[in-house]
Formats: sequence, structure tokens, C-alpha cells
Amino acid sequence: MKLLTGNHLISGLVIWWTGEGWSLHVEQAADVGDKGEQIAQVETAACRVNGAYIVEAEPGPAGPVPNHIKERIRAIGPTVRPDLALKPADASAGSYVI
Amino acid sequence: MYRYDTYDQAIVDTRVAEFRDQVARRIAGEMTDDQFKPLRLKNGLYLQLHAYMLRVAIPYGTINARQLRVLAHIARKYDRGYGHFTTRQNIQFNWIRLEDAPDILAELAKVEMHAIQTSGESIRNISADQYAGAAADEVCDPRPWAELIRQYTTFHPEFSYLPRKFKIGLTASDTDRAAIKLHDVGLQIVHGADGETGFRVFVGGGMGRTPFVAHLIRDFLPAGAICSYLEAILRVWNRHGRRDNIHKQRIKILVHDLGAQEFARQVEEEWQAIQPLGDDMPLAEYTRIAAYFTAPPFEEGLCDALDLSDARFAAWVQQNVHAHKQPGYAIATVSLKPIGGIPGDVSADQIDLIADLAEKYSFDDLRPTHAQNVVLPHVRKADLYAIWQALDAAGLATANLDLISDIIACPGLDYCSLANTRSIPLAQKLADRFADPARQLDIGELKLKISGCINACGHHHAGHIGVLGVDRKGTENFQLLFGGSGAEDASLGKIIGPGFTEDGVVDAIERAVEKYRDLRDPGERFLDTYRRVGSDPFKEAVYG
Amino acid sequence: MVEVAIPLSLRFRDDEPADEPAVTLDAFLDQPNALSVRIEGGDDVRRLGPALDRLRLVEIDFPRFRDGRGYSSARILREMGYKGELKAVGDVLVDQLLFMRRCGFDSFGPDQAIDLAVARRALTEYDFVYQQAADGRVPVWKLRHG
Repeated sequence: MKLLTGNHLISGLVIWWTGEGWSLHVEQAADVGDKGEQIAQVETAACRVNGAYIVEAEPGPAGPVPNHIKERIRAIGPTVRPDLALKPADASAGSYVI
Repeated sequence: MYRYDTYDQAIVDTRVAEFRDQVARRIAGEMTDDQFKPLRLKNGLYLQLHAYMLRVAIPYGTINARQLRVLAHIARKYDRGYGHFTTRQNIQFNWIRLEDAPDILAELAKVEMHAIQTSGESIRNISADQYAGAAADEVCDPRPWAELIRQYTTFHPEFSYLPRKFKIGLTASDTDRAAIKLHDVGLQIVHGADGETGFRVFVGGGMGRTPFVAHLIRDFLPAGAICSYLEAILRVWNRHGRRDNIHKQRIKILVHDLGAQEFARQVEEEWQAIQPLGDDMPLAEYTRIAAYFTAPPFEEGLCDALDLSDARFAAWVQQNVHAHKQPGYAIATVSLKPIGGIPGDVSADQIDLIADLAEKYSFDDLRPTHAQNVVLPHVRKADLYAIWQALDAAGLATANLDLISDIIACPGLDYCSLANTRSIPLAQKLADRFADPARQLDIGELKLKISGCINACGHHHAGHIGVLGVDRKGTENFQLLFGGSGAEDASLGKIIGPGFTEDGVVDAIERAVEKYRDLRDPGERFLDTYRRVGSDPFKEAVYG
Repeated sequence: MVEVAIPLSLRFRDDEPADEPAVTLDAFLDQPNALSVRIEGGDDVRRLGPALDRLRLVEIDFPRFRDGRGYSSARILREMGYKGELKAVGDVLVDQLLFMRRCGFDSFGPDQAIDLAVARRALTEYDFVYQQAADGRVPVWKLRHG
């Protein structure tokens, strides 16, 4: 599957396209198929995302898992500072969308 | 240290206002990222793996307590409670929001700090010997010249859109603690035959994809001509450096392509045209700046003896404390490489502690080094024990300066979007493997440097042992290099063979270290033995 | 974003603009009657030395704003004593205007429109400069020491 990721323009935080908007949580990332470039252009022009790019991923039990370690680190946080990791979204709390 | 006058302050304050406006225009969509990127890079703001990263300049590696406390405050207020000292004597913060950047720069400006030209295709922070003003072997303190050059290269209108970044390093002694031969321009301050001050000028060093040791292009340049001469160097490169392939645009490529002799000739020719135009600063300006760098009010007649009955204190003195030119004083290195820690990282609390120590014990003077440690340059020997106790309580007293666990590591894939591999976990594993202090002392000086990608921010080419992270079909892989040095005997490390997994390279390094111990002559460091016997015995030890 | 309708030209000279089209450096040197020349990034402006007297307009092209060769070309021309119009054309953005003026450019023909209010601010924002350049501004070291 293909995910669209980038950094939130104002905060710089890593974000993932959910199909409707942007989330901090990779579990909510949607398969953008071949629409990734198009979405990236619109979102970049609207100043919601910076440095957007497409990422290969496999579906996992708790959401998509990016194929490359770089994107997995982007999704979670620095491996050497687990105290700074992004906590997974609580499914019962609903979407966490910027 | 240098203090801003109203002109310096006005320039930095204007820069903050200018950047604030540029950020606002970016957020409002009046600029694309392509247009904004060089502007934010000129203010040290990278877009990194997890957030924006801000690299704050610490000019020629000199900072005082008041400034350090503001860095601690920035870490707490705008970041996640810590900062990272870099291999160019700067500090960087990893979790910055774009909208906060102007406020951060404003707070920095209040204590005469900035992030100007710390990234992008600019003339970057000028690095200098961390023992400046304290070491006995220097001709003079290099920092007044570094400050003069800093001003000259700040917002230089002709050189703000260079082919690539440009790094200048300064030293004033034959022992090169600033790795000047691995800079785009390296300057060694010397005295000429008449006692006149001048520079030996080296050009074209650098690491990265195509590493080179710099060439000496001028044996003696009268010091007063440094600005016009730098202008000639920069102009030759700005005009003729490649612009077609980002990996071929550093000045080292031009020097290599032309040959050092032809490059030097072009510089001299350009300099003949420039020098009469009067761009050089007068001696009075040097003298004005130098007045800020006179020796601190050392006490005379202090005792040189030390009570070394505390074995752990003695080990720290033995390894981390260097002789000072003033009797009764010493130069103390604070290790930011605790075993299992993150090389170069400091918490806000640790920054505050270091600030207190610098203020109380070192004439309010602290020096970050390119090896990612910090130095208290002027401490009384009588105060060393109290300093050590305070550092020890804060985890900052590891007695490992220049030993194998004093590892230089770039942030790597944990933080950096350019990286192929992580480097910090490898540094931690290596430090753990060699944690035993007695073993480290037995191994002796061994400079181990890790880069997570070919950009070489970990200076792996200059490591006695260097490690380069590569992407091998989507997995992390590590290449091993031996024989590099950033000192006056500069040399570039050579890859010894196929790469390893993370655990594999730890084992490989251990085998190489054991082979060194087998083969070494008395007094030889790893580097010396390697240079004497060559790579074959080590290849055999590593690969079997 | 404020839409400001301005002509795609910004000029800081009182004289009449040269009205003949700028030719290439080689062509200019070949044509003794030519008055205007267009300099590309790789051209050596020092070749214009013997022709400075008849030269009325030098256009220096910036193919990409990050390509900074034009700054050196401009400054060299002014150092050689060129007093005619020096125009930056191509990918010229408002945030480069100050450096360009300092290097001796006195007119601009950017590919994209420039917001005049932003331009005015960019050009007047800095009260002090650290270096001597082609614009005659007194550098800080001279203010300090007279």
C-alpha cells in the first residue's frame, strides 16, 4: 500500500494522510493508491504540509507499517529516546486529526 | 569574549525582524518551500525527521554562562528539555516549531547569540582550537581573527548564494586541535621571519562523499590581508565552482579539478585585483576585537600539586585534564559521552550546571569542541576536585577523553532525514562493549567516529576507526574504515572490506582492537600501529 | 497575498534605459556598435574591460536564484569602473534584492512579479553592513574607526 507523509508546516511534526485530513498517527494513514502526488500538491499549496512524499507500507494488525526503517522511526520517534516517542492513538478516543 | 557593540546588536536584531517577516510570508503561502528553504537555512532551521531542527551558532566554540542559561531555557520552553553539541562547535535543538523560530531567535539575540548561516550554502560557523587562550603551544589566541572573519563573512552580499557550504577552521599552534586540514579553508596563525603575524592558508579539505585533505596554497599571508584573500578564494570558487551536480560543488572539487597550483595561481591573480580596493579591515579593528580576548586575571603563585588519593578523581584528572600555560591552572574537558548515553546530548539541567561551573571556576568561559565535548579552559588546580564532584553527580565526569568510548557520532537516522542508518545505538553498543575503564586505558588514544550517511557529519573519514552507515537493500549496514586523522598529520580513513550488521561491526572493531594490542610497539596508539603495519593484518583479524 | 500590479521591472537610475536588445558577450565584443550585453552564469565579465566606455546596459541572468555567480560578475564590473546600468534578470526574488543592490545592480527584471512593499522593506531594513561592497555603503568597521 502507499501512504502519504510529510511534516506539518507550522509545527514540523510528522503527519500522515488519513483520506480526509492529516493525523500524527500512522495507524490512521490511508492507502492513497495513485492519488498521492495529487493530494500532496493540493495540501502543499494550501500550506498544510511541507516536504510531502509517498511511502510504501504493508498492512499490520494495528494499522499500516512502513516498509523502510526511516519511516517507522518517523512514525514512532527516535529509537534512542523512548520517552519522546509518540504514543499510539487510543482507538476509543476517535480520530486525532490536525 | 567578544561583546557586541551597538552595530553588532542592531544587525542581529534586524535579522530577527527580517526572518519573522519571512516566516509570516511562508505561513501565509506567499512563498513556496523552494523559495523559503534557503532563507530558513540561512537561519539554521532545518526540516528534519521529526520536526524542525534549529542549529544555534557558538562562534569559534566560545560561550559564557548567561548564554548557556538561555540555551537551557530554550530547551525547556521550546524543545523537549535537551540540546545536542555538534561536530562544528554549535548546539542544535531537534523539536522546534516553525512559528516559534522567530521568538527563539529574538531570545538568543538578547544574549548576543544567533543562528545565522549555520546551514545552507553559506559560509558557516568558524571553528577554532578549544584550548585557545589556555594552551602553551599557541602563537597567539586565534579567536580575535575568528571574530574578525566572522563579521566579514556575515551577510556577505557577493557570497550568499555559493555553490555549496563553506567551512573555515582556525588554529594557532602546530598541534592541530581544530582539524583545519579537513575544512574548506584552514588557517594556521604563525609568526613570520620578522615576527609579523600571518596565516598559512590551506584550501580544499573536507569530508563527505569525496573527502580530501586541504592543500597549502600560501605559506605566509600577512594577517591584515585575510579578508581580501578570503574574498579572492571565495570569488574564484563562486565563479568557477560547479553548479550542475550537488555532490560536486564544494571548493575541494574545484581545487582537485584545477590542481592546487593552478587554483592558487587563480586566487593570487584575483587577489591582486581585489587587495587595492580597500576591503580589508584596518589593524585598529583587530586591536579592538583582541582587547576582548586578553588573558583573564589569573592568580599568581598558585600551587601546582594535586591530591589524587581519590582514585576515580585521579583517573579523571589523568585523562580529561590538560596542562595550562599558567602555573596552578588546568584545562578540564567535560565528557558528554557517558557509557550508554547519547554522544553530545545535554539536558537543560546539565547545561545549567555547566554554566554554573564555567561562571564560578573558569572565568565564565566554556568551549564546545568538535568532538562533541565541552571544555572549561581556565580552572585552578585547587578547584578541580570540587568541579569533578559536581560533574560526577550529574553524569558528566566520564574519564574518557580521546579514549575509545569518547565516540563522535552524528545524530543518524534517529533524527536526521539524510541518514541511511542510525548511529547512536551503535555508539552505545560500542561504549558498552569497551566500558571497562582499565581496558580503555590499556587501549589508549583511539578516536572512533560514526556517520550515519556519506555526508560524514560524524567525521568518520577522520577517525582512527571510522564507521559509515549505508543502506543495503533496505537494511542498515556499516562499513569500517581505519587510519584517518583530523590532526596536523591529517589522513583519510580507508574502508577495509565488506560491511557489517550493527552487532557485526561491534565485534569487528573488537577484533581489530585486539589485533592492535598484539602488534603494537611500546607507546604506539592504534593509529600508529595501523600506519606502521598496514591494513592487511587488520583485515585478516576482522574477516578471518 | 497582496496583488500589486507593477511592471516587471524595478530601476534605480535617473537616465533613460538603453532601448536596444542585449546581445551575447561574444556578439557584443564582435559588434563595435553594440551597447547592451547579456551575461550568462559562466561568462567572464572581465572580457568587457576594453569596451566599458561604450557599454550602457549589462543584463546578468540568474537562471535559478540559488546560482550566485551573477553577484560576482556584477561586483567585478563595478570594480572595473563600469557606471552604466547593471540589471539582474531571471529568477530574481525579493529576498535577494538587498544583496544584489550591494553588489552593484541598479535595476531588476524578475521573471515573477515582486511585491513592492516587501521590496521596499527588504532594501531598507538593515541600517548597518559588515563589508564594503559596490554600493558605497560604509561598513561597520569604518564607522568604528573613522
